[in-house]
Amino acid sequence: MKANLSIVGYCCSYGGYSSADLAGASRLRYSPDVMIIRIPCVGRIDVIHILRAIRNGADAVFVAGCLERNCNFEYGNFEARKRVEHARRLLGEIGIEKERVEVFNVASNQGWRFPEIVDEMVSRVNVLGPNPIRKVGK
Amino acid sequence: MIVADKKPLSELFENVEGCKRILVAGCKSCVAICLVGGEKEVGLLAESLRLFSDLNSKGWEVSEYTVERQCEKEWVREMHQSVQDIDAVVSIACGVGAQTMQELYPDKRILPGLNTSNMGAPDEQGIFLEKCGGCGDCILHLTGGICPIVRCAKSLLNGPCGGSQNGKCEIDPETPCAWEQIYDSLKRLGRLDLMEKIIPPKNWIPSRSGGPRKIVRPEAVLTPEEKETKEGIN
Amino acid sequence: MTAEIGPPKSANPEIVRRYARLLREHGDAFNVTDNQTAIVRMSSFASALICLQEGAEPIMQMTCRDRNRIALQSDLLGASALGVRNVLCLSGDHQTFGNQREAKNVYDIDSTQELQMFKMMRDERRILGDDELEEGPKMFLGAVENPFADPFEFRVARLAKKVSAGADFVQTQAVFDMERFERWMSAARDRGLDRKVHIIAGVVPLKSLGAANYMKKKVPGMIVPDHIIERMRKATDAKSEGIRICVEQIEHLMTIKGVHGVHIMAVNWEEKVPEIVEKANLHPRPPP
Repeated sequence: MKANLSIVGYCCSYGGYSSADLAGASRLRYSPDVMIIRIPCVGRIDVIHILRAIRNGADAVFVAGCLERNCNFEYGNFEARKRVEHARRLLGEIGIEKERVEVFNVASNQGWRFPEIVDEMVSRVNVLGPNPIRKVGK
Repeated sequence: MIVADKKPLSELFENVEGCKRILVAGCKSCVAICLVGGEKEVGLLAESLRLFSDLNSKGWEVSEYTVERQCEKEWVREMHQSVQDIDAVVSIACGVGAQTMQELYPDKRILPGLNTSNMGAPDEQGIFLEKCGGCGDCILHLTGGICPIVRCAKSLLNGPCGGSQNGKCEIDPETPCAWEQIYDSLKRLGRLDLMEKIIPPKNWIPSRSGGPRKIVRPEAVLTPEEKETKEGIN
Repeated sequence: MTAEIGPPKSANPEIVRRYARLLREHGDAFNVTDNQTAIVRMSSFASALICLQEGAEPIMQMTCRDRNRIALQSDLLGASALGVRNVLCLSGDHQTFGNQREAKNVYDIDSTQELQMFKMMRDERRILGDDELEEGPKMFLGAVENPFADPFEFRVARLAKKVSAGADFVQTQAVFDMERFERWMSAARDRGLDRKVHIIAGVVPLKSLGAANYMKKKVPGMIVPDHIIERMRKATDAKSEGIRICVEQIEHLMTIKGVHGVHIMAVNWEEKVPEIVEKANLHPRPPP
């Protein structure tokens, strides 16, 4: 199952992506099953981006923005939190475990934090199993 | 504006059962403002339907279309191409929009995607409050600009009732007592005398109680000759 | 054999008493109308009680126009407690037809739901929302149906709906167009409805040519064929002709399979009911 894992991480340039970058530079290890999508700010993330990732087979989706009250664009990470909550509600109604989607806040100097986030999502998928949509096949 | 709320997805999944090609039709007016029926919500609902379809092997083909105003025939006609090969339309406009769709596309199943609620206004982001009951005979001039028909749970015209406490309504401690608000407003305006007078029983004929309402603007109505000429031009 | 007693625009009980005494021997039960045509009159509840006191069996009409589900359920309990045993569920004439045009209507529930609600109260001792009743009402539940309203094809389905909602008996709108009524009855028989519910056909004795024309043109959901109008026009004594037509109609209706009884609506002409019943050979009435 591990080989098939697919986790999508929407990461903002200033927080999530910088943290991943620092983790890499620090040679910290994390699962290779994560696909990082860099965006200027998680405020750009819309509910539909999360749903689409799930529909395209992602086992989990996370959004990693800056620490709260520390967003480079003032409140982009607050927006992201609301949208993730919205996406989780919809997934629940559709019949997909909402635990597959999560939002994190991380600072650019917290390189150790990014592998933790990935580990968290990997262990969730290990508990939940693969995205049910992949079992059905499209 | 007209305020509406989403129907639970489970209800929509059930209602589109048996249809294959589904169009989600939105409206860029009121329901876009109250965040349930605009272009963005059309995209989200369409994606939710696709996700459910994929998950349950329903084979639904979901398309999207959002018009400027789904209550106006001129705009709704715009989507006739998109409606053509569709088995069902989920309209996430208000009930007026959904009915206009049905009128223009009488052979199509038009399913409501929203629960249309009231005529209201955004109070703060994400919160919408009912303001007007459309009773057809406005009395805001007597009530300090606050409508007791919908904002008082009993639609009292000579309130507040005995259930008014600390500015709140007896039905719910979160709901303000409209008559307390009216009192405060008239006091501010120096017109408390208005509250001393008995407001007589209301004439409900201009309201829903008189049957479905029709408003005619004589200056705008076209005569048969005018219609013919206009249609000829078109 | 049922007839109608219209409560007065008055607080005087004697008017109801007089009609009850006048009619009680000539019918099995009497509809007590509920602010008919939305004109304020003595309540059907009070008038039904006066009928009971006079030994006339009342059918209390209860429209959905003026009372919500709270009042309807509460009045049903009260009526049962005081000995009313028949209730007729109907939506009621719209208030804009009466003398309270500016009123707000209620229509919290409709007549089919009313039947269902009353049936549940009687048979399951439960009110809407499932609260239990210590003792349920004892009621024979009536409905109305109009074979002359549109769409005709749906009228029998609507009857079936009311039967499944709980109607024990159904009274029809006044029959003038026999041909259409027979078609309706035949469709009702095809669905076996005549065996599930007592169908009582309505008749209205015509007082004058004017009355006939009025019903033909002004009363929504009524069909008065031209041959009836013609007979009324030619008659030297319109009143007796009206009675004659009515008696003939009753005789005809009683021959139609599935018609269980006749309901005479002698609006403002109640005193003629005994004569009609006698001429139709339906007097004396069997004991209850």
